[in-house]
Amino acid sequence: MLNLLLRRLALGVMTLWVVSVIIFIGTEILPGDVATAILGQSATEENTAAIREQLGLNRPPHERYVAWLGAFLQGDLGMSLTSRRPITDQIGFRLENTLLLAGLAALIAVPLAICLGLVAAIKQGTIFDRGISISTLLTISVPEFFIGYVLIFFVAVQWRWLPSMSSVNTRMDIWDKLPLLILPALTLTLVTVAHMMRMTRAAVLSVMNSPYIEMAELKGIRNWRIVVQHALPNVLSPIINVVILNLAYLVVGVVVVEVVFTYEGLGKYMVDAVSKRDVPVVQACGLIFAMVYVGLNMTADILAILANPRLRHPK
Amino acid sequence: MSDLLLEMRKLRVEARGADGATNAIVNNLDLKLARGEVLGLIGESGAGKSTIGLAAMAYARSGCKITGGEIIFDGSDLMLQDADVLREMRGVRAAYIAQSAAASFNPAKRLNRQVCEVAVRHGVMDEDAAVARAIELYEKLDLPDPRNIGRRYPHQVSGGQLQRVMSAMAMTCGPDLLVLDEPTTALDVTTQIEVLATVRDLIRQNNNAALYITHDLAVVAQIADRVMVLRYGELVEEGPTDKILNDPDEAYTKELVSAREAVIKPRVQVALPDNPVIAIRNVTASYDGKVDVLKNVDVVIGKGETVAIVGESGSGKSTLARVVTGLLPPREGHVEFQGKRLSQALKQRSRDDLRRIQMIYQMPDVAMNPRQSVAEIIGRPLTFYFGLTGRKRDERVRELLAQIDMDPVFAERLPGQLSGGQKQRVCIARALAAEPDIIICDEVTSALDQVVAAGILKLLDRLQKETDIAYMFITHDLGIVKNIAERTVVMYQGDVVEQGSTVDIFTPPQKEDYTRKLIASVPEMRTDWLDEVLRERGDLFEIDAKAHT
Repeated sequence: MLNLLLRRLALGVMTLWVVSVIIFIGTEILPGDVATAILGQSATEENTAAIREQLGLNRPPHERYVAWLGAFLQGDLGMSLTSRRPITDQIGFRLENTLLLAGLAALIAVPLAICLGLVAAIKQGTIFDRGISISTLLTISVPEFFIGYVLIFFVAVQWRWLPSMSSVNTRMDIWDKLPLLILPALTLTLVTVAHMMRMTRAAVLSVMNSPYIEMAELKGIRNWRIVVQHALPNVLSPIINVVILNLAYLVVGVVVVEVVFTYEGLGKYMVDAVSKRDVPVVQACGLIFAMVYVGLNMTADILAILANPRLRHPK
Repeated sequence: MSDLLLEMRKLRVEARGADGATNAIVNNLDLKLARGEVLGLIGESGAGKSTIGLAAMAYARSGCKITGGEIIFDGSDLMLQDADVLREMRGVRAAYIAQSAAASFNPAKRLNRQVCEVAVRHGVMDEDAAVARAIELYEKLDLPDPRNIGRRYPHQVSGGQLQRVMSAMAMTCGPDLLVLDEPTTALDVTTQIEVLATVRDLIRQNNNAALYITHDLAVVAQIADRVMVLRYGELVEEGPTDKILNDPDEAYTKELVSAREAVIKPRVQVALPDNPVIAIRNVTASYDGKVDVLKNVDVVIGKGETVAIVGESGSGKSTLARVVTGLLPPREGHVEFQGKRLSQALKQRSRDDLRRIQMIYQMPDVAMNPRQSVAEIIGRPLTFYFGLTGRKRDERVRELLAQIDMDPVFAERLPGQLSGGQKQRVCIARALAAEPDIIICDEVTSALDQVVAAGILKLLDRLQKETDIAYMFITHDLGIVKNIAERTVVMYQGDVVEQGSTVDIFTPPQKEDYTRKLIASVPEMRTDWLDEVLRERGDLFEIDAKAHT
């Protein structure tokens, strides 16, 4: 099993490396020249050449790639072209915000989704089951910005319970931020719950016809106990996979929600950088997102391996 | 009949099909079972045996419903009880032992958790008492390391042991009724004996009443006081075991009794063929490069000859088939086809080499594409090997269907619309379509009922006479081997234990202990067989004890 885990780990690292190459090439072949973009109106030939020299843009691409990746690995994300400050200083606060929002959303969404999925499976075919299925389908079918605006309209504008904007700054501690986080976290919850809940329900029901479930029924075990103790442990790996996929979405896919609520997170930072052609920031954010994504997926696979008793306890 | 425990009156169970139509799988059935009595339910698959067994616990599988009749258990009609009362009765007063222990144990939970669950959840005893009771039962059932075996997961225990753990699970609360649903069918013959013996002792010691469900008359003969023969959900015949075995009244029962004894091949000495079709020379093979699953195997098969490869699971018989077909290149040695050395690997073999060696599998269901019609299934090798298309192909498909005794109308059917026996026939036709010199038959009758299996064996024999084809017949069922094969190869853990004329191998005294043990383990159609085997077992079964540790 250790072998399997190590192989999975190596695969994850390799995926990340490939992603880093793609991000680098992707940002390289973007139309336009960074130097002219920075200089704008004052882009005379000499100025451009000077900037290019200063940024090291004259060196061949592979050398720049190695230098960029090497610096990244040492924690140096480079300089932002627009603010002329180290990206590392700016990104910390935003990364923290994004993780805080994602964490809060996950804390609500994951247990809620799995409980709802189990309840739906136990009460399969009843009105309750259908009610859960339909309402979660509804929330997954509308785009998240729509849910966000609907929540803002009612909760913030009509009822005035919570602020509509979630602007945070570095002086706020977590308790100051919390009320601001409620609406975006709720939006993310509504978007992700359906997927996880439906997977839990489907996975549990997929084994409900197997002989060991029939055996449990013939032993006179209560229905909810059969679902929770006999069915659930056998379908952990598909559920883990979907949960992790959604966690990754919570971190990487929050861009839209952050923009809707003007929440100062990594997604909004990247969107701003794209519009300003701040290539190093885009590269840094891209690579961080990729790390989160690949890392979480790797965790999912490793957990799925650990959840399999055949691999955990070989013959 | 005094002291009645279970009585079913006019039981009716219906299944709802995908189209919403219902049909009765058990109809108008009356059944009586006294305390301490063992009743055998016999019949082919689809006869409704399992459904009746489950109905004794007032349970119906999903898609089925008990729609009529009374099920009187210890004086109260279960049909009138609510769900909680039934739940309290299941596992405590009536317990179920299923066909496949491997499938019926939850793979994600330790054995003790599952064994003790019944007693703990019903409040019969607490966790510690239940574990102590389980260990006591494991000891009684001769399980190795009874203190610790319960801490293992199901996959860490062998099939025969798992079946005994399931018996222990059924016994924890000391039920009045045991329902045993083919408890030995999935096991090798040698393991079957042990499980059969322990199950029988258990029932006798505790004076349980039991419903013993099986399709194998020879098995039920060892254990049941009385037998009910069922077909299409209705009773065919009922009587004491001796009477059913030796003097059945109904034609169907007679057919069941005689199916196993169908002698097809004359029992004569045969010499090794001079020009074998297939010669397996000194083959050693391994899946992982470390453990050899075949060791120095030498087997030859001549034209028009049937050679049986027999052994328990894990003996390497299916691996041998993989080597011959090229799916697994051997580590050492090679395979010759009509004197010419075949390429080790599948990809290097010519299309003609492939055509000459065909396979028929154990599970016809999964060996056919469910979305292709019979004509497409049989027609594919015709196009692939001979380039036949259009009308010529249709004509050949009809010829092949005639050869396997099937009407041309079947050409347009899908596999799902065929019975198990018909499916296997189509697989045979597909193999024949390639006009091979040898067909490898891998447990081709194991998934079929005895009467149907006998039909398949007769068909294979007729085809051999017509086309002079050779068969490599892989099976764990020694009962059929002596009736169909000229020569027999006995394998054990990758070694050829012995090989020779089938008559020699089966005529006592056997040269090899293992062969003797294997042959002695095949249940015979008389009620005193098991006692006799157990008396004689002595040293012979030592081999098995070693194999399982």
